[in-house]
Amino acid sequence: MKKFLAIVLCLLMVLAIACTTKPAETPSTEKAIKVGIILVGDENEGYTYAHIEGIKEALKNCGIDEATQTVWKYVIPETSVCYDTAVDLAEQGCNIIFSNSYGHQSYMVQAAAEYPNVVFVPCTGDTANVCGLENVVNMFPQTYQSRYVSGVVAGLKLKELMDEGKVTDPYVGYVGAYPYAEVVSGYTAFFLGIKSIVPDAHMDVQYTSSWFDLNKENETAKALMARGCVIIGQHADSTGAPSAVQAALQNGEIHYSVGYNVDMLSVAPDAALTSAQNNWGVLYTNVLKDFMAGKKVAHDYTAGYEADGVMISELGKSCAPGTKEKVDEVIAAIKAGTLHPFDAATFTVGGAAVPSVVYNFSTWNSDYTAYQYIGEEIECIKDGYFHESEFRSAPYFELRIDGITELNN
Amino acid sequence: MSIKSEPLIRISKRDGMGRLKSWLIRLAAVLISLIINAIIIYMIAGLNPLLVYKEMFEGVFGTNRRMWAWIRDMMLLLCIAVGLAPAFKMRFWNIGAEGQILVGGIGAAAIMIYLGSAGLPNWLLLIIMAVVSLVAGAVWGMIPAVFKAQWNTNETLFTLMMNYIAIQLTSFFIPIWEHPAGSNTVGTINSVSKAGWFPSMFGQMYGLNVLIVLLLTVLMYVYLKYSKHGYEIGVVGESENTARYAAINVKTVVVRSMTLSGAICGLAGFLAVAGADHTISTDTSGGRGFIAIIVAWLAKFNTLVMILIAALIVFLDKGAIAIASKFQLSNDVSNILTGVILFFILGSEFFINYKLKFGFVNKEEKAR
Repeated sequence: MKKFLAIVLCLLMVLAIACTTKPAETPSTEKAIKVGIILVGDENEGYTYAHIEGIKEALKNCGIDEATQTVWKYVIPETSVCYDTAVDLAEQGCNIIFSNSYGHQSYMVQAAAEYPNVVFVPCTGDTANVCGLENVVNMFPQTYQSRYVSGVVAGLKLKELMDEGKVTDPYVGYVGAYPYAEVVSGYTAFFLGIKSIVPDAHMDVQYTSSWFDLNKENETAKALMARGCVIIGQHADSTGAPSAVQAALQNGEIHYSVGYNVDMLSVAPDAALTSAQNNWGVLYTNVLKDFMAGKKVAHDYTAGYEADGVMISELGKSCAPGTKEKVDEVIAAIKAGTLHPFDAATFTVGGAAVPSVVYNFSTWNSDYTAYQYIGEEIECIKDGYFHESEFRSAPYFELRIDGITELNN
Repeated sequence: MSIKSEPLIRISKRDGMGRLKSWLIRLAAVLISLIINAIIIYMIAGLNPLLVYKEMFEGVFGTNRRMWAWIRDMMLLLCIAVGLAPAFKMRFWNIGAEGQILVGGIGAAAIMIYLGSAGLPNWLLLIIMAVVSLVAGAVWGMIPAVFKAQWNTNETLFTLMMNYIAIQLTSFFIPIWEHPAGSNTVGTINSVSKAGWFPSMFGQMYGLNVLIVLLLTVLMYVYLKYSKHGYEIGVVGESENTARYAAINVKTVVVRSMTLSGAICGLAGFLAVAGADHTISTDTSGGRGFIAIIVAWLAKFNTLVMILIAALIVFLDKGAIAIASKFQLSNDVSNILTGVILFFILGSEFFINYKLKFGFVNKEEKAR
């Protein structure tokens, strides 16, 4: 027993030394920027890869040295580990901290409340504007625009197949992650893009309940193809769906894929038409530039085609002839503001036109009995179209429009 | 049993080794594992191992925050190991701590969500949560114990399978409690009102965690060592027949001890939800229920020694993550490093309990 006590005492002494000799945080570099980066995955995962590329571009644009002025944290789950990491980055002297996944947000806000002098940027989050903290920033590109354009690409292919008589039913499938506004907004824009070319197209959405699950996305794509879907779109981060579509195409079936985040041509050289992509570099650059200039950073940063915030990947060789020209035309119209993906004249809900959508930007508390943060109520349909990403960077279009069926919600 | 031909290496059980000697062997094992890890680090990354170990230390104790994160995780692991102690001392292989933690966590989260805005004082809310977690864990532990006592089912399989039920149960509740809608995660519960969160104590966010777990540790030590129940557990563990001969009701002891074990693991779920994570997910247990088995075994079910083991294991785990992050190594590297260290620590137990004899040896008694 005495020996045990001795060991415990030794340990305590070691601890005491560890505590007292901890180096003081260097206050001399307080003006210099130090960027903390919390990533839900690593470069092996498409969504995070896009972020890594964006951050590196922004660091270059802003003249921030990656080796000495950044701290990267990979594979941080959407749990209190994120809070620990954010707080630890703040203690290491980071004065602006980014996180890339939606589920990181509540932990980032928790940390932000404790470190008012550090700016926390939970990307794709939706509470910066309402949470009452000055140092929380959200950013989200206007992905619905690139999804609309990728829908146009898919629509042209569908039309070509129908004109050739290879396909009679313009049936589209969509592998979705969660029944959440970001996904709803995305697939609706994709569908409206298709419908602009093939007016009688219809679409089924099946959710995987995961942002990244290779096998599940693969299985879901197969299930949708078995139902007769010709085009498979996706809002999920893996290459599971495109590779399933490529395999089916090689078996002589007629299916094509539209991806997300990364160019899918490497896994589906014949089946991939294009992928809707975000150019995160623009948003990271804008936030960092404002921050470095000592400006008060805004709560929301967004960028669409006009600011180069979104794009589609290189067109696959299976795209219908004339796709490139049509895509350029659509992009030009979006940039010019003459084409709005969520044009209220192009969709109906329950058979009726939608003249008005008043969206309440408040967020609920845990038991949904009261608001956690109070936001404004804003009319989102003005001038004949739904104003997505204008009142908040994160998508809030969540109408379930006619022509789209959610299979498992 | 007679041995016909002598093998080259003969393994025999030791009668018992002095405490100091056994601790020296364990210390040696840790040192050897650190040397092996140094070689691995040098081979993979070409880094100076000493620098890496310095970073490891910094990564765990470098700031006040980091140290408290270490203490918090250590306390959680310790709580589970303490919960496992009565079961394992009874030779009842409770592999089901994961499940017991999860059901405890579910109970705590449910109260937090449904009574969080009912206007109860926080201390009352915390007590209700603790009680619900204890009961949930107790029930989860009691079920396999009753089956074991009545029908002699295999408790290892039974408790293991109860884990999967608990994981599915958690997955079932997540979409019901998801926040915000559609996210399929529960998110931070009561992030604004902080209802059901542990208050800071002694100026420390995790002060209450330490208080509860250390109290439990001491109580369990006394319970196992000095109480009649503790004695009965020891006897049942050594030999059920002896226990019967001594007129100990084995069934009662099994059910009672396992209920206690489950209850404490359930309480660990409460600590995880209310005192650390403020959310519930299938990761709430995070494999701690299994790591705690290592802690309990290495400590020979002495709950005071568990403090030390838990501190070491959490240090190794956090340290490995810290160096992986600092030197831009992948997280798998930190898993390799922790794995090597655990392998050596567990391996050292073999050399403490058994001795190796090379070549021919004269006949020796075989333990039992």
